[in-house]
Amino acid sequence: MNLIGVDVGGTFTDLILLDETTGQVRVAKVPTTVRNQAEGVLAALREAGATAAAIKVLVHGTTTGTNALLERKGAQTGLITTRGFRDVLELGRRTRPTPYGLKGTFEPLIPRDLRVEVAERVDAEGQVVVPLDEDAVRRAAETLRAAGVDALVIHFVHSYVNDRHERRAREIAAGVWPNAYVTVGSELLPEYREYERGTTAAINGYLQPVIDRYLRSLADTLRSDGYARELLVMQGNGGTMSVDVAARHAVNTLMSGPAAGVKAAAFTALAAGYRNVISCDMGGTSFDVGVIRDGVPAVSADKELGYGLPVRVPMIDIHTIGAGGGSIARVSSAGILQVGPQSAGAEPGPICYGRGGAEPTTTDANLVLGRLNPKGLLGVAGAAELERVRSILDKKIGAHLGLGPDEVAAAIVRVANDKMAGAIRLVSLQRGYDPRDFILFAFGGAGPLHAAALARELAIPKVLVPARPGITSALGCLVADVRHDFVRTINQDLLRLDVDEARAILAAQVAEGRRLLASEEVDIETVSVLHQADMQFAGQTHVLTVTIPRADFGRDDLLLAFERAYWERFEVELKQMRALVMSLRTAVIGRRPPVSLNGLAATPSRGALEDARDGSRRAWFDGAWHDTPIYRRERLAVGVRFDGPAIVEQLDSTTVIEPGDRVEVDTLGNLIITVRGLV
Amino acid sequence: MTPIDPVTLVVVQNGLQQVATEMDLTFERAAFSPVISEGFDRSDGIYSKDNGEVIAQGELGLPIFVGVMQFTTRAVIEHVGRRGGDSLRPGDIFIVNDPYAGGTHLMDVKMVKPFFYRGRLWAYLSNTGHWPDTGGAVPGGFSTRATEVQQEGLRLPPVKLFREGVMDEDILSIVLANIRVPEERIGDIKAQVAALTVGEKRLTALIDRYGEGTVTACVKELRHRSEQMMRAHIAKIPDGAYAGEAFLDSDGIGPDPLAIRLRVKKEGSDLHFDFSESSPPCRGPLNSVIATTKAAVYLAIKHIFPDVPINAGCFEPLHIAEPHGTFLYARYPRPVSGCAAEVSARIAESVFTTLARAIPDDVFAAPAGTSGNLTLGGYDPLKERHYIMYVFSGGGYGGYVENDGLTNGCSTIGISKTQPTEVLEQHYPVLFEQYALRERSGGAGKTRGGFGVDYRIRIRRGEGLLSFLMDHGRVGPPGLFGGHDGAKNEVILEQDGRTHVSPHWSKDEDIHVKAGDLITVRTPGGGGYGNPLERDPALVLRDVVRGYITIEDAERDYAVVVRGVPPAVDAAATARVRAQSERTAR
Repeated sequence: MNLIGVDVGGTFTDLILLDETTGQVRVAKVPTTVRNQAEGVLAALREAGATAAAIKVLVHGTTTGTNALLERKGAQTGLITTRGFRDVLELGRRTRPTPYGLKGTFEPLIPRDLRVEVAERVDAEGQVVVPLDEDAVRRAAETLRAAGVDALVIHFVHSYVNDRHERRAREIAAGVWPNAYVTVGSELLPEYREYERGTTAAINGYLQPVIDRYLRSLADTLRSDGYARELLVMQGNGGTMSVDVAARHAVNTLMSGPAAGVKAAAFTALAAGYRNVISCDMGGTSFDVGVIRDGVPAVSADKELGYGLPVRVPMIDIHTIGAGGGSIARVSSAGILQVGPQSAGAEPGPICYGRGGAEPTTTDANLVLGRLNPKGLLGVAGAAELERVRSILDKKIGAHLGLGPDEVAAAIVRVANDKMAGAIRLVSLQRGYDPRDFILFAFGGAGPLHAAALARELAIPKVLVPARPGITSALGCLVADVRHDFVRTINQDLLRLDVDEARAILAAQVAEGRRLLASEEVDIETVSVLHQADMQFAGQTHVLTVTIPRADFGRDDLLLAFERAYWERFEVELKQMRALVMSLRTAVIGRRPPVSLNGLAATPSRGALEDARDGSRRAWFDGAWHDTPIYRRERLAVGVRFDGPAIVEQLDSTTVIEPGDRVEVDTLGNLIITVRGLV
Repeated sequence: MTPIDPVTLVVVQNGLQQVATEMDLTFERAAFSPVISEGFDRSDGIYSKDNGEVIAQGELGLPIFVGVMQFTTRAVIEHVGRRGGDSLRPGDIFIVNDPYAGGTHLMDVKMVKPFFYRGRLWAYLSNTGHWPDTGGAVPGGFSTRATEVQQEGLRLPPVKLFREGVMDEDILSIVLANIRVPEERIGDIKAQVAALTVGEKRLTALIDRYGEGTVTACVKELRHRSEQMMRAHIAKIPDGAYAGEAFLDSDGIGPDPLAIRLRVKKEGSDLHFDFSESSPPCRGPLNSVIATTKAAVYLAIKHIFPDVPINAGCFEPLHIAEPHGTFLYARYPRPVSGCAAEVSARIAESVFTTLARAIPDDVFAAPAGTSGNLTLGGYDPLKERHYIMYVFSGGGYGGYVENDGLTNGCSTIGISKTQPTEVLEQHYPVLFEQYALRERSGGAGKTRGGFGVDYRIRIRRGEGLLSFLMDHGRVGPPGLFGGHDGAKNEVILEQDGRTHVSPHWSKDEDIHVKAGDLITVRTPGGGGYGNPLERDPALVLRDVVRGYITIEDAERDYAVVVRGVPPAVDAAATARVRAQSERTAR
């Protein structure tokens, strides 16, 4: 039987197939079909030679939700809310898109005429101040249905402390609502802050019909092809869920592709013996950084997916900046070289793609520097394009900075690296981590091109380039566990915390997680549980999330965990302050049977370095041209070692090894680069 | 000296910027004051050892501090100079909040730390954070009846709070003995110091990496580049003299409005600002110290040309004559609590309206331009405790050539978020009966102003004192080029069946309130931009459908006739009414 991970990215749909019986791995990479991603998924299945009947489980990462949200192509959504509060989603928290400049616009996902108020009010203690006007709820639902609304969101003030009105409103609305697309704020996220909870609920409603229809059509197609078992969907928290759960919690699919990448990084690095990892995914338009400590990716419930789009469900904490292969280089009016965040994207793309791109990009610079193989790029007409790239670099940048085309290209790469290193510094040093304790895991089409230089810049001693850097997110799907997250706001003074009540909340969250797992009929070996608490000192507004060491915890355990976390983060000790427990979080994780990926690398078990040699070319390092040997990745055998400068080419990526760096191919087929002078 | 290579220049620029950003983030995350942690009412940066001018400042800092911090740092340098100059040691940290020594109001407490590289003074690291209280007549410091700075709180000239890394407990005890809720301030002091420590570590690493000579040369070059960039923007403004004005409702004591009268002369790539015809100093707390007056001009220009990186170079082409004898150059002991939030916003407005005539495509109609400070202090008998609740609010931004103004934008000088209703109700004995978009508040225009907020707070338990310090209660934010003004600010108290409105429009203090009272605040909408008769009728219809404006508004303000169910534009009637309106206009 086959296990399959398939990830739909912006440009490509990637697939990994593991044949459980033989241990063989097959991969496929096909263009993403933007209008209906299912077509690309089926094309990838065909390319990998997967027969539907032989598939045991297929785990799917989709950008359908993320795209619909960012392009504002979700469903027509309506809101029923507390009287006096229908504008919460539009008013936000009185911000503006940029600190400077008083221009810019914001449109909420649900327009004002589709936001209906009903009489009801609960106070902060959960007491009913105004009873629910049940007739008004019915009328509101009917009005919204008549207005052509597809998805309904019910969001009442303080429902996180008392959800009775919301639940009753759901019952009433369900009586007149023509479909199952009803999102209830407290059910999705029983956490305080009406704007953030409401927006998260609105996003869920906005995406629910889109995700549901997409997944059902994909599942139907697969079923008609004889695929009867599980279809699992990747979540932004790095776990998977069933199609039914995904259809209810559509918001959980957001950022699932990047999350899968970090998940794969954790998995691969752990197998190679590294527990602390900084994962760097560089694609065409963006650079995503994740931090993995002790084998576990950091998770955050404090993300914004754009201006006015806070999402408060837990997601793998990924820091994204606009730096990718397609990032455009230009000289500012102050005469300063800038790279990104504008991107040439896939169309027209870098100049060297020959699709009409006329702005110099990071990829163009890598080509000029000999780091990319002109013959290995799709649609590139060899030397002619190279000359064109050089002349544009010269005209658009060199002329302003007094540099020749080679120096310009080197400058672009350096500036791009500097930005990426800055992003890594921000998520590592800023959180109290020392980069020297980490390995840098490089993936995405362009990650391995820049990884060694980034590591040197940050004094990270080692770089790991996995066997298949270009399909890491698909691998993440394949190895991900099933995961469900829960949160409940309690807002109690730690000294007066009702420990029994807190334990009961955690126990209830565990029970709900187990119930969901059971309903999903997924093959699970063990269930593990992670409890956390959001804590702060009285008077503060930011929380630190700390792990609750054991289920039968006491107050001292929490205090100790919090003080330790506070010291690690700020090097500040505040013995005299009162600690508060704001929210209790639980992750229920169903571990799927372990996956062996020895077959992934297709690395020869023995052979000499020379067997992998594929000629050489001029490449630019440290201000000069070097004659640089080229190796084919699939012919590099386990245990082979060599020194930079060198370039390793494979179908989905190119790895650059700088002069003096040392490389070894480990037993799993990873390239382990040891950076010169740091060990 | 050899020229700096362009790569090193940008890498050092990013490096300096990142030092400041990391300081901002550390301060915000560790702070206790919600004004800092949620309100982002803080700023961090690196300043010149010679004259305090800004080398780099965090882009996440509160905008009004864009210019202020360099004046503060300069005041510390002058203070040190008077003391003989060589008394600085690594690990020293000054604390200062003196408005007249390069400051704003007393609540903005600054720390200035000399930064030594290999034993030699290289720069200053400074930051500022808004403390919720520094003592004075009323909790929070915004006393609208103050007539002397002493009533506004504890004033600290530059004093060393830390000597060689050790806190001076004597000074700390003076500070803590004079402010409300002192325990939490220890947390803020530690957060503020933690940010300076992070800055020191990162800046040392940056200089280690690139070399002292190179970094120094880059700082100089970057200053020059920012200046060139700002000059390139200014050069596009047609040469000439421009005039504009803006009004504050009153000083909170007397009945007269305070006028800011601005004349701008543009020559080549320089701008000269003259405020000398503005109102004289006022009795109430609406005076501005010179550091804040200048910073408000810098901030306004940065809003118009947001792409110029912050360093001293971008201020070089801006020449601000010191307006002696006006309320924009307050001397000791004039009260100043309103200068950081309100006067500065009105100064910025005068810059916008003046320059709009010169560069209409770059500038927007006036934004709401008030921080909407409302303070309710009282006793909650159920929880048996005293409390102070602060509510800030946003308002509409002005329309501009491409789009309608933003709704509920933050004040011109801030970037702070408001507290969620659910959080406020957890802490205080109040119930928000409404937190809504204020309909009909955006000034009509070809592009209209954004909308303000209309919120209502019912007091549930106990008694308390209500104070507020807002503005634009007398005239709304002005429209541009035929656009209408945004709606005026309104504060209404309903008590025992009576309605109370302040004689000072947008400002009042210590009004006695009790359970059952209802406070309604309606914040200004933004000014409209361009002739409303040129607005696309489809957009007018959309605004009617969304309930932003009424059908009557559509006909009166835009000459667009909307009829039927569902509502639709009556094109023929609209054409007739618009033609008639145009004839009348002629």
